Amino acid sequence: MKHDPNTPQGSAYRNGTAPAGPAEAVRPAREPVLAVRGLRTAVRTASGPLEILRGVDLDVERGETVAVVGESGSGKSFTALSVAGLLPGGAEVTDGRVLLEGRDLVTLPEEERRRIRGAEIGMVYQDPMTSLNPVMRIGKQVTEGLRAHGWSKEAAHERALDVLGEVGLPSPRALMRQYPHQLSGGMRQRVLIACALAPRPKVLIADEPTTALDVTIQQQILATVSRLRDEYGLAVVWITHDLGVVARIADRVAVMYAGRVAELSGTRRLFTAPQHPYTDGLLRSLPTPAHPHQAPLPQIGGSPILLSDLPRGCPFAARCPHRADHCTTEEPPLLDRDSSRAACWFPRNEWTGKRLEVTGRAQDA
Amino acid sequence: MLTWRWFAARFGGAVLTLVGVTIVVFVVLRTIPGDAVTASLGTESGTLTPEQRDSLNHYYGIDKSWFEQLWTWISGVLHGDLGLSVTSGKTVTELLGTALPVTIEVAALAALMGTAAGVALGVLAGARAGRRTDSATQGAALVGLAIPEFVVGTAVVTILAEVFRYFPNTGTFVPLTTSFSENMSQVFYPALVLAIPFAANVMRTTRSEYVEMAEADYVRTARGKGLHPGRIRRAHILRNATIPIVTLTGIQFGYLLGGTVIVEQIFALPGMGRLLLTSITNRDYPVVQGTVLVIAVLFVLVNLIVDLLYRAIDPRTRAA
Amino acid sequence: MSIQPLATETEPVPASTPANTRTRLLTRVWHDRNGRIGLVVTGVLVLVALLGAVGAVPHDPIAQHPDDRLQGPSGTYWFGTDQFGRDIAARVAVGIWTSLRVAVLSVAIATVIGSVLGICAGFFRGWVDQAVSRFVDILFAFPAILLALAVVTALGTGWQNTAIAIAVVYTPIFARVSRGPTLSVGNAEYIKAQRVLGTPLPRIMLRHVLPNVSAPIVVQVTLALSWAILTESSLSFLGLGTQPPAASLGLMVSDARSTVANAWWTLTFPALAIVVAVIALNLLGDGLRSALDPRRESRS
Repeated sequence: MKHDPNTPQGSAYRNGTAPAGPAEAVRPAREPVLAVRGLRTAVRTASGPLEILRGVDLDVERGETVAVVGESGSGKSFTALSVAGLLPGGAEVTDGRVLLEGRDLVTLPEEERRRIRGAEIGMVYQDPMTSLNPVMRIGKQVTEGLRAHGWSKEAAHERALDVLGEVGLPSPRALMRQYPHQLSGGMRQRVLIACALAPRPKVLIADEPTTALDVTIQQQILATVSRLRDEYGLAVVWITHDLGVVARIADRVAVMYAGRVAELSGTRRLFTAPQHPYTDGLLRSLPTPAHPHQAPLPQIGGSPILLSDLPRGCPFAARCPHRADHCTTEEPPLLDRDSSRAACWFPRNEWTGKRLEVTGRAQDA
Repeated sequence: MLTWRWFAARFGGAVLTLVGVTIVVFVVLRTIPGDAVTASLGTESGTLTPEQRDSLNHYYGIDKSWFEQLWTWISGVLHGDLGLSVTSGKTVTELLGTALPVTIEVAALAALMGTAAGVALGVLAGARAGRRTDSATQGAALVGLAIPEFVVGTAVVTILAEVFRYFPNTGTFVPLTTSFSENMSQVFYPALVLAIPFAANVMRTTRSEYVEMAEADYVRTARGKGLHPGRIRRAHILRNATIPIVTLTGIQFGYLLGGTVIVEQIFALPGMGRLLLTSITNRDYPVVQGTVLVIAVLFVLVNLIVDLLYRAIDPRTRAA
Repeated sequence: MSIQPLATETEPVPASTPANTRTRLLTRVWHDRNGRIGLVVTGVLVLVALLGAVGAVPHDPIAQHPDDRLQGPSGTYWFGTDQFGRDIAARVAVGIWTSLRVAVLSVAIATVIGSVLGICAGFFRGWVDQAVSRFVDILFAFPAILLALAVVTALGTGWQNTAIAIAVVYTPIFARVSRGPTLSVGNAEYIKAQRVLGTPLPRIMLRHVLPNVSAPIVVQVTLALSWAILTESSLSFLGLGTQPPAASLGLMVSDARSTVANAWWTLTFPALAIVVAVIALNLLGDGLRSALDPRRESRS
């Protein structure tokens, strides 16, 4: 698969020459633990390979949480699976690099990849009800990952007890002997987090881990992960479609659209000054206390893009209120914009003052 | 830990079914035209004096009312008395006592071979789902299910006789306790014939379970932990697939106990199937009745054991 | 007697709307590779059976030709002759007719009685369900072939009795297959609404319940047919089904036992006919299953 000339291949970002930013900066000051560069992933379909990821750039530092947000089909889950090397059959990384402390994982042979999986990159999944083996005791499910990476039986047992306590589960010793069906959804998600953190990985990838849980449990899990991130110095990639979760947990945010990062920004900056019109549209569709009661929430017009039928130029152009001729001819690279990065030819500073047009009924004044 | 309430309900259900089975067996075989006296004496029964006939009717218990006969039959069953064979004069219990071990041995050997081959092929096909090995194995399983046992059995007997000059259906049956090797040479081929469809069924279940389990979320979790692929296969995929496979194997074994008729006939094995067939041909109804009942009882018991086993190996069925 | 009728093999599949099912079922079966093979082969077998039934075969299937005993396949005798010099091709054609006749009759009886029992049990619940379920449990307590043997013992030989014996075996299976979906449909709001509106019960069952349980029943029918063919030939092999000199595939295999060593064709052709019929019906069942189940991608 060849590079699309429109993707941000030669950006300054990649060369690591970018200057350090403020506290909420886009660019990490140090070498990132995890760096994703121009990642492309395709799946086989009946009508030939279909690109799901079209050049994803992302990096995560020690002790920080980067949220990856986007609508269904934007490629956020595929980003997680590609990084962890857990792509389903028929899908493969066709180009780009996944650098873990500078080492490229994409080119590693499967056996070496396996040694890193779990040990250095931990994964937490969406559905805690089905992600644990129903016929294996909790203790075994935590220790087997440790045993696979060379821990002795006794050490693994001790570590499992410790980590189950750390994720906030009561009486770990009794819990070790229980089966998943005896636990609530929130407890199972904590067990999954314990499984992921037991071998003390450097990176934790969480694929919508709180979506299936109710809001109070969700808040507790978020707090637990934030605490453990600080204790372990973890680099966390948190995949979600929930901007509320993003606001709570993330230091920086990558907004994905049509298999690419559309905007990469500090969390506060993203919420106050979104650069990409898509991000802007997402934020406007959120209910806020200021929003008048019963007025319809603005929506982003048009329908999500079909990866099998990408238009020329910017994939968001058809839905974009600020579209210009240039947008439909050339796809914008991820460019530096006012301490954010956005893949847009005419980001915020080009259109501030103008009001984003809203489809549907007009807002009440 | 099994819940006693469940066990009582399941066991009670089995007992109730067995009572129903006993009655059904009785009723079905009581609708047969012609009675036991005519059956045992054949055309000679025409020469009987009314007194002789009456005394014989009394001997076989068919002078009583329908309900009384049923009661006699059930109480006899409960005491282990299944009546007398009208052709050989032996007790039905005695005949079953020599036939049952033969059938159980053949069925057990077939189940053993069938399970081993079926699971191995099923895993092979499941691990290569969608590829050539998979479709070849699946095709073989379909053929294995479609070829009747009497065709395979006939072919095996012919090949043994023509190619190896071995005639398994001549000579008397040697029990396992007398000579292991001779017994095995007599039992192996019929068991092999029975093992083919057995293996095909086990293979199909194993394959579909394997494919389904391999896509389960917890298998992805296991891969995410960096486990060795062999360990994922054993501890996660197969461990979960075991539950439905054990269930299927048990049920199939139950069916086998009643399904040995044809191979016993072809290979001249003195088991339950042969006993049943001979007594059907000889209109020896007490033996037919007893044989059918014993096989049905065994079948219900095997299913009960399968249920217990299922509860024992699936932690989800235990009290939370 | 290779295939045990496993009722668990077909899960209840959600039905599409009845009109859809009726008009496009065959098209959808045709698009499934297995279904297409099954449909074509079954069609050919039915044709051959009908030819056998009306006597449109090269030779009389019962006529003995003492001069032509155990002849190999040739232009005159396509599949050769048996130990009485009878034409095996004609006997296979008539044998397929015998098998199909028994299979269709037995499965028809079992489908009607079993489905009515199952739908009533699932719809009315309570004591009806209790009674039907108990009855089904008792019949399930007999290994299938044993039940067939017991019924044949009671009724005697002959093709109608063989059909009744097989029907007895399959009735509980159809009852079980139709009870489950009826239970879930009976709970659906739109059925409750119909009952509240006072729609007559037979109408509710015909218009709303039956279309929802028809999919699993249709699939079970093809599997039942293939098992019925195996059972019919097995009973005939044992001498308890079709009686000589009538042609039956099982009987032909039984006769071939003494001749197969020198005349392979006496065993091969009748055996092949059974295997092909069973496989074709199974493939057709596979095709129907994927055609009726919107969740399953058609394998092509």
